[in-house]
Amino acid sequence: MATAIQFRDVSYSIGGRDILSHLDFSIERGETLVLLGRSGSGKSTALKLVNGMLRPTSGEVQVDGRSTRQWDPIQLKRRIGYVIQHIGLFPHLSVRRNIAVVPELEGWPAGRIAERVAELLESVGLPEAEFAQRYPRQLSGGQQQRVGVARALAVDPPILLFDEPFGALDPITRVDLQNQFLALRHRMEKTSLFVTHDIREALRVGTRIALLHEGRLDTIELASEFPQASTLAARQFLACLE
Amino acid sequence: MRSDLLADLLQHTWEHLLLVGLSVTVSILAGIPAGIACARHATLRRWLLGFASVMQTIPSLALFGFLIPVPWIGGIGTRTVVVALVLYALLPILRNTVVGLDGIDPAVRESAVAMGMTDSQMLRQVLLPLAAPTILAGIRLATVATIGTATIAAAIGGGGLGVFIFRGVGTVDSAQILAGAIPAAILALVADGGLAWIERRLSPL
Repeated sequence: MATAIQFRDVSYSIGGRDILSHLDFSIERGETLVLLGRSGSGKSTALKLVNGMLRPTSGEVQVDGRSTRQWDPIQLKRRIGYVIQHIGLFPHLSVRRNIAVVPELEGWPAGRIAERVAELLESVGLPEAEFAQRYPRQLSGGQQQRVGVARALAVDPPILLFDEPFGALDPITRVDLQNQFLALRHRMEKTSLFVTHDIREALRVGTRIALLHEGRLDTIELASEFPQASTLAARQFLACLE
Repeated sequence: MRSDLLADLLQHTWEHLLLVGLSVTVSILAGIPAGIACARHATLRRWLLGFASVMQTIPSLALFGFLIPVPWIGGIGTRTVVVALVLYALLPILRNTVVGLDGIDPAVRESAVAMGMTDSQMLRQVLLPLAAPTILAGIRLATVATIGTATIAAAIGGGGLGVFIFRGVGTVDSAQILAGAIPAAILALVADGGLAWIERRLSPL
C-alpha cells in the first residue's frame, strides 16, 4: 500500500503554546485513520495541517509524497474533501448549487455537473427530485450533513477529512450516517482522516486509530487491536465503553 | 403663475435627486470596498469607522461651512454639497458592510477556504451575497438621511428642494416651506419603500 499522507516530526504552536508536538505517522491509501482525542488534544489542528489551512511550525506534512509547502494551496484543497461538524453549507444556495460549487470552480460543463449532483444526492440517500431545490435551512441536521458529505465528494477527491462530522447529531441519526459513511467507503477508494472524541465512533468507522493526547501521538493501532491498548489515555477512552 | 411654480418645483426636485443620487453613489463606491478592507484589518477598521463616526457628529450646516474654504473640494455650490453629503452617507454604508461581513457564520467561511476558493471567489460567491441584505439596509439608511440633509444644500448655493425652504424661512412663508418639505418627505418615503422592497428580494434567508 502506498502512503497518501505523511506527518514527519510535525509540531504546531501558536502564541507560544504548543498545540501539536513531534507527530510522526502516515496514512496509507484507502484506509480510514481515526484521530481520537479529547477536546484540546490538537486533533482538528492536525486535520487543518493536511489541507494547508494551517502550516506546521516545524516538520512537514506530505500529501502524495509532496510537502504541503510545495503544493499550490488551491490545488491541494481541491484534492481534499473537507467535512466539519458545523457543516458550513452556503445558506444562500440551494442543495444543488451547494454541491456544484467546486465542480463549477473547476470549470466542469453544466451537463456533467447536473449528472454528478444527481449521482451524489442518490449516494447519500437524498432523492434528487425531493431535495435538490431545497435550501439548507429547509433540511434537518442529518440531511444537512449528508449534503455536506456530498459536497465534499463533488469532484471525487482522493482524500477526505472529517472533523467530528456527526458530533452535533442525535445518536440515531449519527449511527445512520456512520453506516452511510461505511457504505460509501466500500464503494469508493478514498483515503480518510476522521477526527472524533467518541471511542465508539472511532471503533466503528476506523481501520486504524491514532490516539492524540495533549498534542502528542499516544497510541496508533489497528481498530481491531485498539481495545488491547495499554497506555493510560487509551484505557481512559476504553473505560467509556463499559 | 401656477405653471411657473410647477416648473420650479420640478426643477428643484430634479436637482435634489441629482445631489442625492450622486452623493449616495459615491458613498457606495467608496464605502463598500472600504468596508471590505475594514472587515480584514482591525487597525484600518478603527481608523475608518472612527473617521466616519466623527463626520456624523458635525452638524451639517457647520460641515458645509468648514468645507467652503477647502481648496479643490470646497467653494460655493454643488461640489461642496456632494462632498459633505458623501461624508455623511459613508458611515451607515461602511458600518453595515463591516457588520454584514462579520456576521457570516465562521463555518461557512471555513468551508469556502477548504474548498479552495480564492479570496475574490469567496468574496463574490459567498461573502457579498450573504452580507448583501445588511449592506443594502445601510444604503437605505444613507439614502433616506441624505434626502433630508440635502435640503441644507441651498444654504451654500447647491440648489435642490431646500431652495423653497430657505426662501420660505426668509419670508416667513409657510406655503414655500411646505413646497420644499413635502416633496422631500415624499422622496424619502418612496426611496425607503423601494429600497426595502429590493432588500427583501435580495435576502437569501
